[in-house]
Amino acid sequence: MKSFLDRRSRQRIFERGIHAALLLCASLSIFTTIGIILALFFETFDFFKEVSIIEFLTDTQWTPLFVDKHFGILSLVAGTFIVSLIAMCVAIPLGILCAIYLSEYSSPRFREVVKPILEVLAGIPTVVYGYFALLFVTPLLKSFIPGLSGFNALSPGIVMGIMILPMVSSMSEDAMHAVPSSLREGAYALGATRFQVATKVVVPAALSGIMSSFVLAVSRAVGETMIVTIAAGQQPRFSLNPLVPIETITAYIVQVSLGDTPAGTIEHKTIFAAGMTLFIFTLALNLISNWLKERFREEYR
Amino acid sequence: MVDNDIVFQISNINAWYGEKHVLKDISMRIKQRKVTALIGPSGCGKSTFLRCLNRMNDFIHNFRLEGRILYKAQDLYSPETDPIEVRRTIGMVFQRPNPFPKSIYNNIAYGLQIFGIKDRAKLDAIVEDSLRKAALWDEVKDNLGQNGLALSGGQQQRLCIARAIAVNPEVILFDEPCSALDPVATAKIEDLIMELKNEYTVVIVTHNMQQAARVSDYTGFFMLGDLVEFDDTKKIFTTPANKLTEDYITGRFG
Repeated sequence: MKSFLDRRSRQRIFERGIHAALLLCASLSIFTTIGIILALFFETFDFFKEVSIIEFLTDTQWTPLFVDKHFGILSLVAGTFIVSLIAMCVAIPLGILCAIYLSEYSSPRFREVVKPILEVLAGIPTVVYGYFALLFVTPLLKSFIPGLSGFNALSPGIVMGIMILPMVSSMSEDAMHAVPSSLREGAYALGATRFQVATKVVVPAALSGIMSSFVLAVSRAVGETMIVTIAAGQQPRFSLNPLVPIETITAYIVQVSLGDTPAGTIEHKTIFAAGMTLFIFTLALNLISNWLKERFREEYR
Repeated sequence: MVDNDIVFQISNINAWYGEKHVLKDISMRIKQRKVTALIGPSGCGKSTFLRCLNRMNDFIHNFRLEGRILYKAQDLYSPETDPIEVRRTIGMVFQRPNPFPKSIYNNIAYGLQIFGIKDRAKLDAIVEDSLRKAALWDEVKDNLGQNGLALSGGQQQRLCIARAIAVNPEVILFDEPCSALDPVATAKIEDLIMELKNEYTVVIVTHNMQQAARVSDYTGFFMLGDLVEFDDTKKIFTTPANKLTEDYITGRFG
């Protein structure tokens, strides 16, 4: 009789080896995430030993690098908020219009050519966008808005919106494209126009995908660093005025990281507290995105 | 020749997908308030032909049509013709039930709302009337807020029929409406089609020859883009003039 034994045990060892290697790869990313969270958490904990959480959340000034130190994260949050808001005002309407055009109006050939080009926009290094905002968009805006500062929230916000636009349009377009064409035909057969089909059938049916593209875009805007570091200024300000210099959470972290702030000092610990704030924001946004997806998937309308 | 019974006068149409010649010199007359069935093996062009009747092929990018289709003396493909109006007058029910992911009520109200009917009482009345005509009212009257996708396949297809009826068409085109349904649901749809011909002109594409024999007054047999034979259903199924038709209906191929 032919023996199966030897081959089988060798194969089993091989299978186990593969299993272990794959597990290792999978755990690597999980452990990295856990490591980052722990590091953030401990440093933030240290920070709050010295600064009260009430001050952190209510003070409206952020001046950890000055002699008169204030630790009010709200100024940085306001900066992040105004820039992200401007970016969304650009990216969401344009993104969804692009998506509707590509998915419902353009010929397949046009779509095949234009979609990859749009996606190339997403591949431009953010530092390029930053200088584009500072050296091109700001001077351009200044010719319309004389009171605009050289560093401001408006210009990087607009440029960030342009940067995020391909992501919104591409993801929304994917969601719309996935809507079965039978639904479109059903509406066309009732005498609907292209626009009615797009807005009343395709967009509602693709809403979960479109919404999650919005939330991911917000998440991207909140975490975006280079454009704001270059073009928005370095002046934390508790204000929603888009015309003056501000500072975002990310830009502050860059500022401290590039400076000569010694590790272990309270100035240095601020970046972890700021980082933690950022982390909580993006986590919340991702949770919202998941929640939206579930909610809209259930109702599917 | 003027004949008020004729709704579609199709003269020598040819159609292509890119280079592929899918309809070859087809002429046909379709009579008012009758059921006309189109049968033939897969890929014979019967669905393409059906879709020419309400310009649903407009959305296919490499589709090309030559020839003339008159609907009550109006040229469907003349540049002055509004395809939106055409599709509103000539409704369609598809192979797979395709209700919108909306409530039963809104599935039917949708077609009315896009024409600007917003009056709630009027909508309510049309929704009920359409569901009754589609023999679905008794099954869903207590659950009009339920998602249309939660219905069974047969109910979904009747919902689609109700949706088509709601916009008050003159013709309803059926593109293999029962091919995704079980025999019981199929029987209900067939009964419905026979009811509908009292008010509407019906053209139905079907794979199922028994279905064509049961529901239709006239039958056209398509093969490889040709209309092989078009005549009274009874004649097609008892004494077909063409050998190909006979072979097909007796199940020798297809």
